[in-house]
Amino acid sequence: MKAKKVGTAAAVLLFIFITLALLERLLVPKYMGDVVEGNFIAEYYEAPKDHDVIFLGDCEVYENFSPQVLWDSFGINSYIRGSAQQLVSQSYYVLEDTFRYEKPDVVVFSVLAVPYNEPPRESYNRMTLDGLRWSKSKIDAIRASMTEEEQFLDYVFPLLRYHSRITELTGEDFQYLFHRDKVSHNGYYMRVDARPAENVPEGRPLGDYTIDAGQMEWLEKIRLLCEQNGVELVLIKAPSLYPYWYDQWEEQIADYAEDHGLLYVNLLALHTAAGLDYQTDTYDGGLHLNLAGAEKLSRYFGEILQDKCGLKDRRGEMDLVERWLENEKWYQEDRERQEKELTADDTPR
Amino acid sequence: MDTLLEILNDLHPDVDFETCDTLIDDEILDSFDIVSLIAEISNEFDVTISAKDIVPDNFNSAQALWALIERLEDEE
Amino acid sequence: MSITSYSFLLFAGLLLLLYYLIPRRFQWCLLLAASYGFYAFSGVRYLGYILASTLCTYGASRKIGGLKEHQDLFLKENKAILDREDRKFYKASVKKRQRRWLCLALIFNFGILAVIKYGNFVVSNVGALFGASGDDLFFRLALPLGISFYTFQSAGYLIDLYRDEYPPEKNIFRFALFVSFFPQLIQGPISRFAALSRELTAPHAFDRRQVAFGLQRMLYGYFKKMVIADRIITGLTAISGDPAVYSGTYAFVGMIFYAVDLYMDFSGGIDIVIGFSQALGISLPENFKRPYFAVSLKDYWHRWHITLCNWFKDYVFYPISASPTLLSRAKALKAKGHEGLARRLTVYIGNLTVWLLTGIWHGAAWNFIVWGLLNGAFLLLSQEMEPVYRKFYARFPGLRENRGWLVFRVVRTFLFVSLLCMFDYYADVRVVGQMIVSIFTQFDFSVFFSGALLDLGLSGTDYAILGLSLVLVFFVSFLQERGVSVRTRIASYRLPVRVFVWYGLFLIVLLFGAYGIGYDASQFIYNQF
Repeated sequence: MKAKKVGTAAAVLLFIFITLALLERLLVPKYMGDVVEGNFIAEYYEAPKDHDVIFLGDCEVYENFSPQVLWDSFGINSYIRGSAQQLVSQSYYVLEDTFRYEKPDVVVFSVLAVPYNEPPRESYNRMTLDGLRWSKSKIDAIRASMTEEEQFLDYVFPLLRYHSRITELTGEDFQYLFHRDKVSHNGYYMRVDARPAENVPEGRPLGDYTIDAGQMEWLEKIRLLCEQNGVELVLIKAPSLYPYWYDQWEEQIADYAEDHGLLYVNLLALHTAAGLDYQTDTYDGGLHLNLAGAEKLSRYFGEILQDKCGLKDRRGEMDLVERWLENEKWYQEDRERQEKELTADDTPR
Repeated sequence: MDTLLEILNDLHPDVDFETCDTLIDDEILDSFDIVSLIAEISNEFDVTISAKDIVPDNFNSAQALWALIERLEDEE
Repeated sequence: MSITSYSFLLFAGLLLLLYYLIPRRFQWCLLLAASYGFYAFSGVRYLGYILASTLCTYGASRKIGGLKEHQDLFLKENKAILDREDRKFYKASVKKRQRRWLCLALIFNFGILAVIKYGNFVVSNVGALFGASGDDLFFRLALPLGISFYTFQSAGYLIDLYRDEYPPEKNIFRFALFVSFFPQLIQGPISRFAALSRELTAPHAFDRRQVAFGLQRMLYGYFKKMVIADRIITGLTAISGDPAVYSGTYAFVGMIFYAVDLYMDFSGGIDIVIGFSQALGISLPENFKRPYFAVSLKDYWHRWHITLCNWFKDYVFYPISASPTLLSRAKALKAKGHEGLARRLTVYIGNLTVWLLTGIWHGAAWNFIVWGLLNGAFLLLSQEMEPVYRKFYARFPGLRENRGWLVFRVVRTFLFVSLLCMFDYYADVRVVGQMIVSIFTQFDFSVFFSGALLDLGLSGTDYAILGLSLVLVFFVSFLQERGVSVRTRIASYRLPVRVFVWYGLFLIVLLFGAYGIGYDASQFIYNQF
């Protein structure tokens, strides 16, 4: 009799657990349509992990560098752990998380977020943090970047956060209940369309150009973390025309790099050398590069990496070659699909 | 007792006060009735029913109310 | 901490667990600690208020009780030498001394409440009287959590003692628990000491059925509050926020929205409070009895916020109406032949005092005072009409039992009560007047069909959810009105049905509750009363 009771209770609990788990899967945003950026952080876990280079930062990394080109031209095996409006604190914890899986030779960190210091926003937080696997790093990352209205529990049970989507479910939510399509190329977000940069606004004068001490502290933590793990840290400023990059910021970052013996490359200043043409190489008027721009920039930056960091050419390693051939297939597919869509859009109706 | 029943019947002609013992519990007498009742009783019997005596036990039936009046008269 | 916050659920859950794990004789100590913890969480600086109230009430209660003990002893020892007159005289002198302590404590308790809650109102109105204006007159003190509720409970306790209804509580900690028991600090109910204290301090063994029933009631409360009240409030805010635009039909819709919101929010909160207490094995008095099924205003006030109404009845209405002064005045009037006036005097004065105070209780503002007095006035009016009603029903026998007539009376009462409630959510008495007029002069049915109601911040889906939820609450209320204990009936069903019902309700709250980011963490309407 007692055994039967325990059995029934267990069955009821199991039923409840399963239905809740299913509901949660159904209700979390799938990020498969327009906002694919929401999948980047999680997609990393699917990749085999023996990268030479890890890129870290916001859209200034995941829209400007093509790991495919870095492989094809230099034999550098790289991955971009970028996410939309990734805060410096989040970059730190994403790096911590990455080091749980692998120790690359070089970490390339995009510094824009350090002086830019945007206040955290819930939607961006979710895109970065939801994708992280559970670890102490994730807990700390949530704690460090949660807004005041957010609750920790909403991260533990995303169902609580997304419950109101129940009235706005789409076919996508059912289609991607148990899986996601691949959306990035080793963290790179491919765009083939082009919109020339016109009337780039000058930066408005700021009251204070001093970079916030707290932000610098996160940068320092990133540096120390790399140091402890024997990983070389390279700082970059991506060649995006805005958000405006002030000379005063440049100076402070450059000084910091020099003080700590870090390589700092301002690709914005070097955009002519990289051969970038803001008429053809950006898809949103100079904010982000398109595929053509990213490929040019990667060829240019790959050389610097190879030169200054002494990265080996790994194009002789069979399994890597295989993997990258597969990657290339999906790279070309994505490119062709987008180009086709583009011409379809251009056809006069 | 008869005087009391007369007062009660004036208040609610449709209730049989001689038998009903749930005047409060069934909400037959409301607070307005009770206050009118107290005023009438103080007129007729020269006793004062104070707020502390207004409990269901004392008002649920005519008998209970009569008992209260007698007790108060005794104390006066 | 709001009753719908994660922290409250966590707090309540941990407390419940601990409550049944520790030795039963310490359960009440845990409740006391938890109550003060809860209070401190809502603001440490408020602890002073409740402590001051507790200590003062306790001190006065011991004095009043001590005098009674002394009196009994004196009477017993001197039984032989005292005659009836002596005893009466002596008792009166003791009463007088007791009264002094009672008044002192009441003035202290209500004084704190008055200064905090009404100081601002008084100062600004007196200032306006002398032509002063501007904000420099205003001083604002934040209301400590539950101050109205615990002040009323403490006052009731003292008055009961003064009336010799029971001896005072000698253990100050037990008494402190009576004042501070945290579930009812949130929004009542207002309990009586005799009933509550026994419940609070008695040991409670784990009773699966009680705990389950309690949690089920909490869930139902969350459903009412989060799915209905917190959703409809969006539309309500839109309407009441801009009376110039939203008049006429909108004002009518707003009136209905508010009636729904107020009941679902308040009674839902009470369900959570009573349900949680039941899970602890503590039964609290009911505060609502399906008020919108009332057939008259009088009936409504027997069903709405019952514990507050009873408090006013026992401690204000009867003491005033049955006071020797008023009774002798009435007698004098009668002697002069003003029979009608004599009959009305006591009832009128008692009733209007109660409703003036009830209005003030709801808030320190004129709109509440007008609302209270209107309620009182209409209750008296309907009392005056009693003979007419009687004749009417005598003329149409059978009408009383007629179902259609019953429905008519229920709907009429609901609309009337809702109309009065407009004073509650339009803060300005003049605006209420304009809105009421506009309902009758600018009513336009097309608003219901033109999709205009979708511009109030509520989508079609929201209306659908509200509609279905209200049907559910109506169905449950209907069963309860017919004397069915819904939880008992569900408990009698087989397991799959039970799981379906309660887990289903849980999922509805979880998925359709208006909580989290995107929704305001709307506080309980009754929280700071």
